[in-house]
Amino acid sequence: MVDIVKEFPGVLALDKAKLEVRPGTVHSLMGENGAGKSTLMKCLFGVYLEDGGSIFINGEKVNFKNSKQALESGVAMVHQELNQVMKQTVMDNIWLGRFPLKAGIINSKKMYEDTLAIFKELELDIKPDSEIHKLSVSQRQMVEIAKAYSYNAKILVLDEPTSSLTESEVEKLFEIIDKLKNKGCGIIYISHKMEEILRISDDVTIMRDGKWIATEKAENLDMDKIIKLMVGRDMTNRFPDKLNKPGDVIMEVNNLTSYYAPGITDVSFDLRKGEILGVAGLVGAGRTELLETLFGVKKIKTGTVKLHSRFVVNSSPQNAIRNGFALLTEERRATGIFGGLSIKFNSVISNLKNYSRYGMLDDSKMSEDTEWVINSMNVKTPGQKTKIKTLSGGNQQKVILGRWLLTSPEILMLDEPTRGIDVGAKYEIYQLILELAKKDKAVIMVSSEMTELLGICDRILVMSNGRCAGILDNDEKITQEEILRLASKYI
Amino acid sequence: MKRKISDLLLNYSLYIVLGIMILAVIIHDPSFISFKNITNILSQASTRGILALGVAGLIVLQGTDLSAGRILGLTAIISASLLQSVNYASRMYPSLPQLPLFLPLIIAVIVGAIFGAINGFGVSKLHLHAFIVTLGTQLIAYGLSAIYIDRPPLGAQPIANFDERYVDFVTGYFKVGNLEIPYLIFYLAIIALIMWFIWNKTTLGKNMFAIGGNPEAAAVSGVNLFKNIMAIYIISGILYGIAGFLEAGRVGSATSNTGINYELDAISACVVGGVSFSGGVGTIPGVIIGTIILQFINYGLNFVGISPYYQYIIKGLIIILAVSIDVRKYLVKK
Repeated sequence: MVDIVKEFPGVLALDKAKLEVRPGTVHSLMGENGAGKSTLMKCLFGVYLEDGGSIFINGEKVNFKNSKQALESGVAMVHQELNQVMKQTVMDNIWLGRFPLKAGIINSKKMYEDTLAIFKELELDIKPDSEIHKLSVSQRQMVEIAKAYSYNAKILVLDEPTSSLTESEVEKLFEIIDKLKNKGCGIIYISHKMEEILRISDDVTIMRDGKWIATEKAENLDMDKIIKLMVGRDMTNRFPDKLNKPGDVIMEVNNLTSYYAPGITDVSFDLRKGEILGVAGLVGAGRTELLETLFGVKKIKTGTVKLHSRFVVNSSPQNAIRNGFALLTEERRATGIFGGLSIKFNSVISNLKNYSRYGMLDDSKMSEDTEWVINSMNVKTPGQKTKIKTLSGGNQQKVILGRWLLTSPEILMLDEPTRGIDVGAKYEIYQLILELAKKDKAVIMVSSEMTELLGICDRILVMSNGRCAGILDNDEKITQEEILRLASKYI
Repeated sequence: MKRKISDLLLNYSLYIVLGIMILAVIIHDPSFISFKNITNILSQASTRGILALGVAGLIVLQGTDLSAGRILGLTAIISASLLQSVNYASRMYPSLPQLPLFLPLIIAVIVGAIFGAINGFGVSKLHLHAFIVTLGTQLIAYGLSAIYIDRPPLGAQPIANFDERYVDFVTGYFKVGNLEIPYLIFYLAIIALIMWFIWNKTTLGKNMFAIGGNPEAAAVSGVNLFKNIMAIYIISGILYGIAGFLEAGRVGSATSNTGINYELDAISACVVGGVSFSGGVGTIPGVIIGTIILQFINYGLNFVGISPYYQYIIKGLIIILAVSIDVRKYLVKK
């Protein structure tokens, strides 16, 4: 891919980006969010049409107008967002767009057998005729990978394939990648996980702001070098200094059990003022469910929650907000932002009753508070009226954090607050969280990144299969291994 | 276990309610269950069933169709005008010779297909919501019917007095012993079978479910959205054309009001039959059962003499109940 240019209204997403992949190798593509990695891949795959530059495969110039052409020319892709038809079966999803036909009729038997053969080859234990929505997220991810594998592609793009996989599944993925390499397939691998990149890559290309920055042999790189190339400056300290001091206990949770599965069972802990309590665990361990139960989204079966030594019952999110709880949700795009609406709307939406006078909303007060959100959270935006979806992920997250702070919560619950946010913006989010703890807010933070939990939390609660497997004091001594061991305690 | 039973009762509550209604009619007047009544219901259900089969595909695609009834009306008028008895003095086309039956049928099908194509183009190329584009074509189809049927200075006249072959083709029946089985039931069965085949055994059908379930997934899997959506919409138009051709013959006349509100019956039938408005879900047997159940209720309520005004209320409640149950199935409990 040479000199690829792609322009979106107001943004130059790709500025003469380039990428060269050798057959039989793994080529990792790295860069902060918004660096243009996915955009570049979508140009290759025919989802976007590039505005300039050319793409060559085996020396031949190609110009894909849609994904169908790309697939037919031997380019396959596992997309970052799982693109699956939930109500259809596994095999329907795998063969979608190229159903085997017999005299014009779909040959279900062949479909079933071929699917089974692929799963057998890849050692996956999934039934071809089960419906997608009945599978776990990681199984669905493996189905996507199997699908990409089945194209027998010359070039395979894997966009964040491990985001929802368990450790053993990641190993399986790496085996699959090895198989493909031996077949001479060129693999483009996009991931934020540096350990993975360094382990499996032959070459690494780094992008920043839509531009090509460097292509290096993986063996000549290390984490610091990559980060430096990605952010364009040295990042000696990935985490800000901890200045918060946990105070008195503010909330006690006793034997909390949720009503419907998937949920939590018998979880007890307490939370102090000015404390950041991390929640670790594998995907599906019930971390999000814990927050949802506290926030009144999930129904409580048994157990109690005490705030300032008084029982509180959050039967609904409205109730929870009134009691001083706030929840920043995991899926920012799905349940966090109102994408097509302004930053102002997004800032004040959870706090409307405080602007209401005689049934009318006080506009100047709302603008004032929005201004506060933009300034105190350091949101980079042209103005209050800007649509939030045009901001970067990090800035969107800051607006939402600001939204919740406007409700002056005592308990701030953050679900994966830095997911999909680039390294620079993460640092700012950490700073904001620590700042809040310093101001005596109690913070519960769920994260899949253990380094992040170890970096800013005071204590870490480890969830395992819906239960609390242990609460660790975050001093110098605890290790990632210890957390992992606890995370698999009840499995 | 207890919850499972209550869940089961809830999920099937619609069928339970409808079953009870039918049972009540039967208890009220046991003569309701006669072979004659049942074949009557089925042949009345036939044209609506064909219409519903067309609309169902569009609902699976996350669309809908408000124009179905009016397209049926237009194609009914056209078929009717071409098939008036040659011995009838005030024919619409006095000099028209006796046409072979299939010619008007094909014209009706082509007109339907053109409308289907317009709807499909609006949805897949212009990215209009199906509600909007079919609202537009509904009005256009009605306008065209009114113009077509208008004969100044006499004004609009119902088109009736059909060619005998036509009447026989539509309202004829097989005789098995003493029992008369109308052709219409067979027509519905044949079309249902063909549609079942398309939905379940062809790439087009699978693609339809994929696009309805997750358009983006379909696109990145190499499915041509434009082509497939167009095909499904054109098929729906073809079915409306066939239904229009049969409807004029079944009723015995056609006016610019033929087919009015039929689309709502068709949509209700789909919904009652489990075609989900969230897209990607539905079955042909479901649509047929939905159509027949609604027709049963219709006929039954008339049979026991319930005022048509009450019937509207009952039908409205049935639709709301059907959809609330459908929504419940996909609701995740928290």
